[in-house]
Amino acid sequence: MKFRILAVITFLLLSYALYQGMWAAPREATMGEIQRIFYYHVPSAWTSFLCFFANFIASVVYLARRNLKADAFAVSTAEVGVVFCTVVLVTGPLWARPVWGIWWTWDARLTTTLVLWLIYVSYLILRRYSTGQATPTLAAALAIFGFIDVPIVYMSIRWWRTQHPQPVIAGGQGSGLDPRMWQAVLWNWAAFMAFAALLIWVRYRLERARQELDEAHALRAVGQAEGSFTR
Amino acid sequence: MSSLAAVTASNLRKDLRLEWRSKDAVNAMLFFALLVVVIFSFAFDPTAEESRQIAGGLVWVAFLFAAIVALNQAWMRELRNQVLDAYRVSPAPANALFLGKALGNFLFICAVEALLMPLFVVFYNLRSVGPAWQLVPVFLLGTWALVVVGTFFAAISLHTRSREVMLPLILFPISIPALLGMVEATTMVLTGIETPAFWISLLVVYDVVFTTVCLLLFETVLHAE
Repeated sequence: MKFRILAVITFLLLSYALYQGMWAAPREATMGEIQRIFYYHVPSAWTSFLCFFANFIASVVYLARRNLKADAFAVSTAEVGVVFCTVVLVTGPLWARPVWGIWWTWDARLTTTLVLWLIYVSYLILRRYSTGQATPTLAAALAIFGFIDVPIVYMSIRWWRTQHPQPVIAGGQGSGLDPRMWQAVLWNWAAFMAFAALLIWVRYRLERARQELDEAHALRAVGQAEGSFTR
Repeated sequence: MSSLAAVTASNLRKDLRLEWRSKDAVNAMLFFALLVVVIFSFAFDPTAEESRQIAGGLVWVAFLFAAIVALNQAWMRELRNQVLDAYRVSPAPANALFLGKALGNFLFICAVEALLMPLFVVFYNLRSVGPAWQLVPVFLLGTWALVVVGTFFAAISLHTRSREVMLPLILFPISIPALLGMVEATTMVLTGIETPAFWISLLVVYDVVFTTVCLLLFETVLHAE
């Protein structure tokens, strides 16, 4: 029931946010309609960063408590985070091509986001290839490495790139933003957060079901072994 | 503490003796890195000035690939005859095993680098414009950065299918800042345009942070079943 309520709220939020981004927010003076991709790009980025943060917390909790629920939460948040991070990496070049004239530049923020994506994809690959009961522990260790690496990556790439001229992020951030644009960004963020929560929920339930199935299989195998022993 | 040092030393001695008698890791790394050096010179065919610009990248990519060869071998020895299982049930500190292994790998890779650097200099007509002694701390710090995380991740990849493929897939993304630091610092020393101070301190930070994390988490990974 709670799940249905969240699904309905997500649907309503996404619809309203679409209206906010596409119609209510004013047309950007220099970039025109292409700027509206901003309302998807930025909220996706924030959502994915929060997912990765949640993954880190869940990994630490797993290592401390050895609770499989924390592990299920960690895998769900990592997957959803990678999906939103992919959205960021795809919408970015789509916007940059007409505005900057290039698809990609090795600027600090772009490169850091790409490395972030690489780190969490490698986390998911480790989970996929890892065998046996050790998977949650190993994945949690890698998640901690990845999360600690992010500030070092950002620092190094910033220094690497501040040596070179950077494209100016036009019509972008902070105080330069029209209040109606802020409104569109925040509505979209709320909608994307609700959507991410919904996806994490579904994925979490799936992972829990898989864990319970594994457990049942293991118990049955033990029971059979004991049965054959007593016989 | 003294038991940690003692067990680390005996682990290190064992690894060094095994390597001294078989020379498996060092031979494989040497030949592999030599091949990379030759193939790169076909691929880029640089002049002396160009090679000074790109040498930092070439050297480190060659050593990174060579290090993967050695790191993949590192724990295999311990799987034979269930040595690792025996270690798990013994009261010896887990970190001693890790430190011994990491120090051993560090020495092997440093030896390979020392043997191959003259070859790089010859093949690419390298002449350092900046003070060449600065390359020594860069190489020591950079190699430790690769080895400490690499040894840890090699222990992780023991539990996976197709473990040899797994190690680079998890090691490279995490190592990106360290790799950037080594390449930039080496290039700056070779070209002599700027001082590599920032990159050396970045490597120090990376080494300190990840050595700490490895020591904190190794016992958990060793006992993961």
